[in-house]
Amino acid sequence: MGEGFTPRIVGFLCNWCSYAGADLAGAAKLEIPASLSVIRVMCSGRVDPVLVATALLQGADGVLIAGCHPGDCHYREGNYYARRRFALLKKTLETLGLDTERLMLAWVSASEGQRFGEVANQFAGQIMELGPNPMKTKISL
Amino acid sequence: MAKVLKLNKGAEQCLLELLRFLLERGKVKGVFTFSKVGESGGVAYSLITDPAALEAALPLFPLMPVDAAKVLSRLTLVEPAAEPIAAVVRPCELRALTELIKRSQGSLDNLLLISSTCGGVYPLETGVNGNIGEKLPGYWEAVKKGEIAADIRPACAACEHFVPYNADITLALIGNKDLDKQCLIQLNTDKAEQFTDGLAGELSQGEAKSEVVDSLRAKRQARKQELLDEFGVEDSDIQKVFEKCIVCRNCNKVCPVCYCKVCFFDSGGDEHDQRYYETEMGKKGYAPVLPAPTFYQLVRLFHVSISCIGCGLCGDVCPVNIPLWAVALKTGGAVQNAFDYLPGRDLDEGLPVTTFKPEEFAATVD
Repeated sequence: MGEGFTPRIVGFLCNWCSYAGADLAGAAKLEIPASLSVIRVMCSGRVDPVLVATALLQGADGVLIAGCHPGDCHYREGNYYARRRFALLKKTLETLGLDTERLMLAWVSASEGQRFGEVANQFAGQIMELGPNPMKTKISL
Repeated sequence: MAKVLKLNKGAEQCLLELLRFLLERGKVKGVFTFSKVGESGGVAYSLITDPAALEAALPLFPLMPVDAAKVLSRLTLVEPAAEPIAAVVRPCELRALTELIKRSQGSLDNLLLISSTCGGVYPLETGVNGNIGEKLPGYWEAVKKGEIAADIRPACAACEHFVPYNADITLALIGNKDLDKQCLIQLNTDKAEQFTDGLAGELSQGEAKSEVVDSLRAKRQARKQELLDEFGVEDSDIQKVFEKCIVCRNCNKVCPVCYCKVCFFDSGGDEHDQRYYETEMGKKGYAPVLPAPTFYQLVRLFHVSISCIGCGLCGDVCPVNIPLWAVALKTGGAVQNAFDYLPGRDLDEGLPVTTFKPEEFAATVD
């Protein structure tokens, strides 16, 4: 962990809940880590493991996926699939000896601005501790 | 217990007789099996409709130039086979076909699936070197005794699913000491009984499972562990494993469960414009330029690991000898265990990525 390390975190946020939750956090003037770059997706179930791998291998220090609480999905079951995809993603990376601490899946609803702030800050702290993504400095991807 | 038909002939002859019977009686329109190609010792899957053409058929030839699942999926993709076809496939090919059908890539209707307890196949290299003939006697000897034949594909030596799961007809080869003289045809389904009705043979009850089969399974499980240790993928460093990869994508083309018509890597989804590289160079002092081996291999594993049936074709065709089959076995095994899923076991078992339970994987969510 070097001096002056500013992590870059990619956040895939569900349009119907977490994105609105992040918006609410902003409106409530809660502090959100500046290191979080948000990508709005129509459902957390849309987050293909390929997108996460792309982010990680191109140098993101962490990837946050946030979606609706179980049972609250706008498309009824997208977040359940997201959870399975996330489990698959984690397991695959784990068996290849890659860090899965840089990944996070969280449920945040549209009314949970406070919770969004907490989740984002906690994850940013975790990434701060882990330091820069070693894959960033590896030339052959 | 299933019905077992005993024929007093060698295994290959017995299978040919069964196929000839099916064709001559008009029970099937065609037979899908290995045939000799030319004189150089090559074999390829073909559809045979003329009983006389069965002369060139080699249904039990221990080589896998292509996965039958891929071919059968193409033959039944748009609609099921119009008329009955008898297909002779290996247990892993059958599992791959099941996985493809779960993804709507084919149909089992009108297919009579004939498989066998499998002794494995030789690496393609052995096939093209032309010395596979010398190895055959040893191979059949090993099958009779229920041992791992020498020099077979490492993935086969490590395969524990060599008893077919969904076959209509199973030939009991492993542990049959009189393989040259007699053959046991196990009829697993009503369909199999209807199709073989009228075939001369001694009928009894039995099961392809036996002590020899169990002991071979144990031997292969032990070999699997040895091989995973040997190839060092147990505590793998992804960079080290894939650093030799040249992204020729052979593994992608031969994989039976890698089925997309337009692959992500053909879609341009992984490409960047010129400006991206310039920016990256400015930021990092270097810019990774495509093809990116680790990314390619990772994405491949995301896509196929859940359905990997461990056939080993990927490792077989790798020009830089990456033990891809071992990576697939390890990652595939871990992912499948996480979902308590065995690919190709049951057509009604839903794919883990298209099914879910409301209460599960609580620990993966923060």
